[in-house]
Amino acid sequence: MSAPILAVENLTLAFGGLNVLTDVSFAVQPGQIFAIIGPNGAGKTSILNCIGGFYRPRQGRVLFDGQDISRVAPDKRAALGLARTFQNIALFRGMTVLDNIKLGRHAHLRTGLLPALAYWGPAQREELELRREVEETIIDFLEIEHIRNQPVASLAYGLQKRVELARALAMRPKVLLMDEPVAGMNLEETEDMARFILDIKEERDITIVMIEHDMHMIMDISDHVVVMNFGQKIADGTPGEVQHHPEVIKAYLGEKQQR
Amino acid sequence: MRIGDFKETYAADEAVFRTPTVRFWLWALAAALLVFPLLAGEYLIYMANITAVAVVGAVGLNLLTGCTGLISLGHAGFMGVGAYTSAILITKFGVPFILTLPISGLAAALCGVIVGAPSLRMKGLYLCIATLAAQVILEFTFVHWESLTHGIRGLNVPAPTLFGLSLASGPAFYYVIMIVAAISVTASRNLFRTRVGRAFIAIRDRDISAQLMGINLFQYKLYAFALSSFFAGMAGCLMVNLLKVVTPEQYPLHLSIQYLAMIIVGGLGSILGSILGAIFMTIVPELLRSALGLFQGLDPQIMSYLFPLQTVIFGALIVGFLVFEPHGLAEMWRRAKAYFRLWPFEY
Repeated sequence: MSAPILAVENLTLAFGGLNVLTDVSFAVQPGQIFAIIGPNGAGKTSILNCIGGFYRPRQGRVLFDGQDISRVAPDKRAALGLARTFQNIALFRGMTVLDNIKLGRHAHLRTGLLPALAYWGPAQREELELRREVEETIIDFLEIEHIRNQPVASLAYGLQKRVELARALAMRPKVLLMDEPVAGMNLEETEDMARFILDIKEERDITIVMIEHDMHMIMDISDHVVVMNFGQKIADGTPGEVQHHPEVIKAYLGEKQQR
Repeated sequence: MRIGDFKETYAADEAVFRTPTVRFWLWALAAALLVFPLLAGEYLIYMANITAVAVVGAVGLNLLTGCTGLISLGHAGFMGVGAYTSAILITKFGVPFILTLPISGLAAALCGVIVGAPSLRMKGLYLCIATLAAQVILEFTFVHWESLTHGIRGLNVPAPTLFGLSLASGPAFYYVIMIVAAISVTASRNLFRTRVGRAFIAIRDRDISAQLMGINLFQYKLYAFALSSFFAGMAGCLMVNLLKVVTPEQYPLHLSIQYLAMIIVGGLGSILGSILGAIFMTIVPELLRSALGLFQGLDPQIMSYLFPLQTVIFGALIVGFLVFEPHGLAEMWRRAKAYFRLWPFEY
């Protein structure tokens, strides 16, 4: 096995007396679709928040590409190649679809304050190059040409999710963290999204870590699954392995009554 | 109805003024502004001058409050810093007017950065109070630092000159102000075509996810404060050289609130809105005054009743705007354009 692209080691997080995560460790191999599942309140989103830097864990480390990023600020982590989509969409509502996507590239652009005011020379070239690339590699790929100039607030839910994915792709991530990419979608939208996720993995060499409740999709497309319950990792393996794991069945279905 | 509007390059689609019609009207506006002082009288030129100064100030405040979402009640204070910087440099050190213009901006920007530093931790009402404190401190400084500001007597400034030419007359200074206003508007429009402007709007809309997108919140909030106060400082510098005097009561809290009203009436986060709001807030009170003046002939006593009435009407207009058009004049303009895009068809 090659070196993991992303790993968490002994992650422990508590809010006051509430233990949210207890000693969670796992490693994500490059090129995987890595799923985190578990009942509500199991601490799945908290793991993503620790990886993204929004929460600071009480103990444990986050390793990205072999480097300890536990003390790195969230905006610097984004520049290293960690992108994120959110469970309840976090697009910038005052901007158009195009501007939202362009914003994803922020950390990779160089234009400073004064060149931006002049919009001259390198600043202009950088913006036009960005526009071309966004159009040809992202908007075209996700099939959102028809809405590129609309404000995101006016879009339907499924499209907003897709724009959020577009923005994350514009960040040129090595690892893409997706929090419930198909929550609240109908079957057709879910299938579209699953196809996009597979394409992203295969065509762009992006490793995907996702949280999802849609078991059909998880079992279909993920390479590796971690199951969480009450802040602890209870199972870790291929979809087939975790499906029959007794702890997982217990967490999802409950125990058989003792007679 | 607009037809045949298609683009072949990304550059053409990224342009600010996209159609020949729009570019034509822009040049027409420029030409009108150019010949305006040749046709207008002293009073109209004076009105145009103070309106253009207000445009510079309002564009600055809109960058901070409308676009980045950081409310400021210290804008008049920052204008005052610019005005005093210019006046002191001219009277005590003999610095030419044109050099004091950027220096005033920088002095105000420095104050803005200091005031803005706590903004990483404060938002909304709390930031509002912090900037209010800055306004009060600055006003206090203008009044009590007698050796530098001459207290409430203020400072008198000689008529500005530019490369040996006198700018004493209204028309001459008009061109200076218009050029500064045009540059300010163009620069801030450009800003929103690049990553810096997008970062500002992202911070306003959702600061936490902006940070996860790779935006350094502290850096960009300070950028917004610095830029906004830079524009305020330049507006203050233009004002003092226009009026040839600066006193503390020219830059009270009342003026800060008036600037907030300008950008709300014009349209928060819109550059066109800043321009329209500045024009509205400067010209409408004057129009009301002259309109009510028409009644003076009827009865000499009547003015004592009508004079307070203009403030009431003006206040009612602002409330009306907030109720019926919360997105301001810029939104009305956008709707009118959208209507005529398809005219004479409905859809």
